[in-house]
Amino acid sequence: MARITLDNLAHSYLPNPSSEADYALKELNHDWVNGEAYALLGASGCGKTTLLSIISGLLHPSQGRILFDGQDVTDAPTAKRNIAQVFQFPVVYDTMTVRQNLAFPLRNRGADPAYVAARVSQIAAMIGMEAMLDRKARGLTADAKQKISLGRGMVRQDVNALLFDEPLTVIDPHMKWELRTQLKSLHHEFGHTMIYVTHDQTEALTFADKVVVMHEGRVVQIGTPQELFETPAHTFVGYFIGSPGMNVIDARIDGTMATIGSTQIPLGAAYRAGPGRVQLGVRPEFVRLATDGIGLPVRLRAVQDVGRHKIVRLDLSGQEINVIVAEGASVSADTNAITFDPSAINIYVDDWRIEPLDYNAGKVGS
Amino acid sequence: MNKTVNQRAWFLVLPVLLLVAFSAVIPLMTVVNYSVQDTFGSNVFFWAGLGWFEQMLASERMWDALGRQIIFSLIILAIEIPLGVFIALNMPKKGFWTSFCLVLMSLPLLIPWNVVGTIWQIFGRVDIGLLGHTLAAMGISYNYTQNAVAAWATVIVMDVWHWTSLVALLAFAGLQSIPDAYYQAAKIDQASRFDVFRFIELPKMAGVLLIAVLLRFMDSFMIYTEPFVVTGGGPGNATTFLSIDLVKMALGQFDLGPAAAFSLMYFLVILLISWVFYTVMTNLDKRDGQR
Repeated sequence: MARITLDNLAHSYLPNPSSEADYALKELNHDWVNGEAYALLGASGCGKTTLLSIISGLLHPSQGRILFDGQDVTDAPTAKRNIAQVFQFPVVYDTMTVRQNLAFPLRNRGADPAYVAARVSQIAAMIGMEAMLDRKARGLTADAKQKISLGRGMVRQDVNALLFDEPLTVIDPHMKWELRTQLKSLHHEFGHTMIYVTHDQTEALTFADKVVVMHEGRVVQIGTPQELFETPAHTFVGYFIGSPGMNVIDARIDGTMATIGSTQIPLGAAYRAGPGRVQLGVRPEFVRLATDGIGLPVRLRAVQDVGRHKIVRLDLSGQEINVIVAEGASVSADTNAITFDPSAINIYVDDWRIEPLDYNAGKVGS
Repeated sequence: MNKTVNQRAWFLVLPVLLLVAFSAVIPLMTVVNYSVQDTFGSNVFFWAGLGWFEQMLASERMWDALGRQIIFSLIILAIEIPLGVFIALNMPKKGFWTSFCLVLMSLPLLIPWNVVGTIWQIFGRVDIGLLGHTLAAMGISYNYTQNAVAAWATVIVMDVWHWTSLVALLAFAGLQSIPDAYYQAAKIDQASRFDVFRFIELPKMAGVLLIAVLLRFMDSFMIYTEPFVVTGGGPGNATTFLSIDLVKMALGQFDLGPAAAFSLMYFLVILLISWVFYTVMTNLDKRDGQR
């Protein structure tokens, strides 16, 4: 187990990157605290896997250093870093039995046979494959194979970090939940530093203590699930987390008031928006519907009942606005305006969130 | 689902039936025809029963040729398969040099059999051939027209030169299909280079290697042109393989009956071996299919 430090790290797949756009992973400084579970969340191609490969040593970064417990391992090969990794698609040794597969990483490091046997049966119990230990891995189903991969990743107790690269892609939905829960309890039990790459927000939010959201090769926010929900640092976080994502509307800001079109919107705090594109972000959960025309004028487009709540789709001069209302509430066909909960409004300049001038003002308002 | 019965559907298989009849069954039947008859010339044939088969089975000449044939096939398999795998493992994985190697290795495969024979026939000659002359200059006694060992060595090296590329290309294709994640996982598991070969590369190549073994076995078992051009089956009968012996018998001595019986048995042996390979391969597929 180790603290992992990324120092000034960046990577480009091109030999001579000239502009920032050439970098698959833009400059990054971060400490992965020992023993925490992190999720790397982002859309496909945002640099998650690149970052993971750099940490595991499968890829050498174009610049910067990576340190395990303060020790520079940038040039150390994968085997020296003592990490475990589980890949997106099951990687098993076909001709070995399940038992041999699980024992393989320990045997290669010259572990004591009695210890290997004990550890293998412990892991087998955890992944629920005790009955299949002596079967050849070749004939097993994809999710059984992926469980072997997970088991092989977890069989060593002294690893610096456990890395998961979308490991549950091939697993059945009900099994996914179970395995994720097991991973979490394993994390509590042994306290490994875990880094879990995924593009599934539910997976990220349920698994991790801290979620690292990546967008176009850049880390846009690192925070607890609650922070990501309440104060998305970037419009991408607002859009990517939540279902549906945050409503982002162009606005003009003047102190504690925002102007959208010709409507004034009170804010929970005062802002000073510098030059750039100013936007107002508010999650669908904090939008109220009105039939009296007071607020932003909208047109009702559709109501979707998703079971636990209703999603109301509205039209705000050509832009779609989503609102979540309780399952029991009725949505009037006369809905013609919306208002926002002032304390739940975030202000963005060029996609990045800006802090209110007096931070406490927002709290007082709520 | 209920299937409708329509006997006219049989007409749909008629073209294939005709094609197979003219391409395989009818020619084969003429051989069967010869194998059970005898003639004293003037195109007059009379029934000989299974006599030719009995004679051939008792013939030392056929058993000797069969023995030489089996030894030859086993030797070239024992050289070409490991060598081909070795080359595939050491080939560049991507970039310009991959294409370069692939083209370079395909070249021998494109040369016609009798040209290969001629190349080696000249290459090995002691008077003008580069190889023969060099060996003679080094004081090594090498003459494939007089020395049986030299003749065998020439024929085997020639076959290895001609066909190892095929094995290498197949093995390379098998290697290319292994996802990177396997190698990465092996690194993380601290597997040795040999473990990677033993537990990842070899199992993933097993399918194509079996095809390579089948192709090389069948082809070497039927080899005719190259040894015929280089050694003509000699010295003595040292390199007289089954096909060469068969042609000698059928066209040299014009013993149509024994030659027909001989070729039918030859055909059955090949059929039997192909069937064994096919069964093994489909069983392997079935095992993989359970994934």
